[in-house]
Amino acid sequence: MPKWALGWFGLTLLMLAFGFYEAMTAPTEATMGNLYRVFFYHLPHTILSFVFPYLNCGASLLYLYWRNRNVERAAGADAFALASAEVTVLFSSIGLATGMLWGRAAWGIWWAWDARMTTYLLLWLLYVSYLLVRRYSATGQTAVIAAVLAIFAAIDVPICFMSIRWWRTQHPAAVFGGGADSGIDPSMVPAVLWNMLAWAMWGAFVLGLRFAIERRRQRKANAYALGFLGDEGGSGFQEAR
Amino acid sequence: MNYAQHVLTHLRKDLRLEWRTKDSINGMLFFALLVVVVLAIAFDPASYPTMTRQISGGLLWVALLFAAMTALNQSWARETNNHVLDAHRLSAAPASALFVGKALANFLFVTAVEVVLAPIFTVFYNLHPLGETWKLLIILPLGTWALVVNGTFFAALSLRSRNRETLLPLVLLPISIPALLAMIQATTSVLTGEFEPTLWIKVLVAYVVVFTTACVLLFQTILAAD
Repeated sequence: MPKWALGWFGLTLLMLAFGFYEAMTAPTEATMGNLYRVFFYHLPHTILSFVFPYLNCGASLLYLYWRNRNVERAAGADAFALASAEVTVLFSSIGLATGMLWGRAAWGIWWAWDARMTTYLLLWLLYVSYLLVRRYSATGQTAVIAAVLAIFAAIDVPICFMSIRWWRTQHPAAVFGGGADSGIDPSMVPAVLWNMLAWAMWGAFVLGLRFAIERRRQRKANAYALGFLGDEGGSGFQEAR
Repeated sequence: MNYAQHVLTHLRKDLRLEWRTKDSINGMLFFALLVVVVLAIAFDPASYPTMTRQISGGLLWVALLFAAMTALNQSWARETNNHVLDAHRLSAAPASALFVGKALANFLFVTAVEVVLAPIFTVFYNLHPLGETWKLLIILPLGTWALVVNGTFFAALSLRSRNRETLLPLVLLPISIPALLAMIQATTSVLTGEFEPTLWIKVLVAYVVVFTTACVLLFQTILAAD
């Protein structure tokens, strides 16, 4: 790992620790008491997991553009698309898990099919299916197929968002207000922003790490293909996709 | 030949193949019928007319979706025999014409299944729609096209993958959720007469326009993916 990456990692850990301190010392919420503090982890994860899909879509578009023009850059774009999809799934899984824990404690149920939760579950489903496609598709076509699917998924997210909102506003039953999203006390804002920044840095770090690993895997596969490393007998790399 | 003639040639070829074998339509029809029967056993629709009106739209589309998926995999498997797909890739005809022809053919097959299935469904489920029934003539074709256009595309996408039969639903279902939601809501509104389907028809139109464009633009990439 290069020095600057180590520095970034250290800084991220410091920020996460500070974010934790801010979250734990923020004023107690009026109705939910200390229970609401999961909010400081839930909110950054959910918001950030709507950012990574667009990095994924951008990288996929770049891949399709560079595919027949610049192979090296195309491979980089593909690695970045894979990394950002995995980080999307990671962040939205944590978002779902914290949301469900909080829902169980605050509402008494683990899950309600309200607009935001449904949209969010679909986001998670879309990117899990993207990762599955990468796993199942034939070697050599994975990148193209995945790139096309990423574009479809990115188009689908806003359509989903709007249609599910209309669906749930038409049937007014079973909607639990806006959660804590309908405005928070100004005294909690610093804790939210610090945690947001810290988790964004963490996301960027994981993304970069995964990108570097995928680039190494690509180089190793190329070396095998060119015969520099002998036969492909090694068992590890076929599965490492 | 211009673009429309290419599309028409592909469409004619697919229709002729289907006419001679009748594989997709027979399979789809019987499969959809079985789903309808199984769901009827699960819910006992004849005893609860109000509940039946509320859930029938969803049941009909679920049956059609599953039936369509069995046929969609087959529709490209035909092209792999004797390396026909490679011939398509070498051909000077635009790749998207192949896609549009195939999607239109699949659309006609699923529509044929709907034409047979809708009366059976009405009889079996003892349905008395309370809304304006003629609106189904807009909703059914739109919904069918929304399913078939993405289905044909993703079937081509998963064509050369390992276990392609599993891959198609894994990709198609999450992408189709907004369309499914819109067509189910629109159909339910016609059956129950409780609200207007206009909003959901608009959502369907938007979905169809957006994804048809995306499919036509990206099909060349998929066909030449190597």
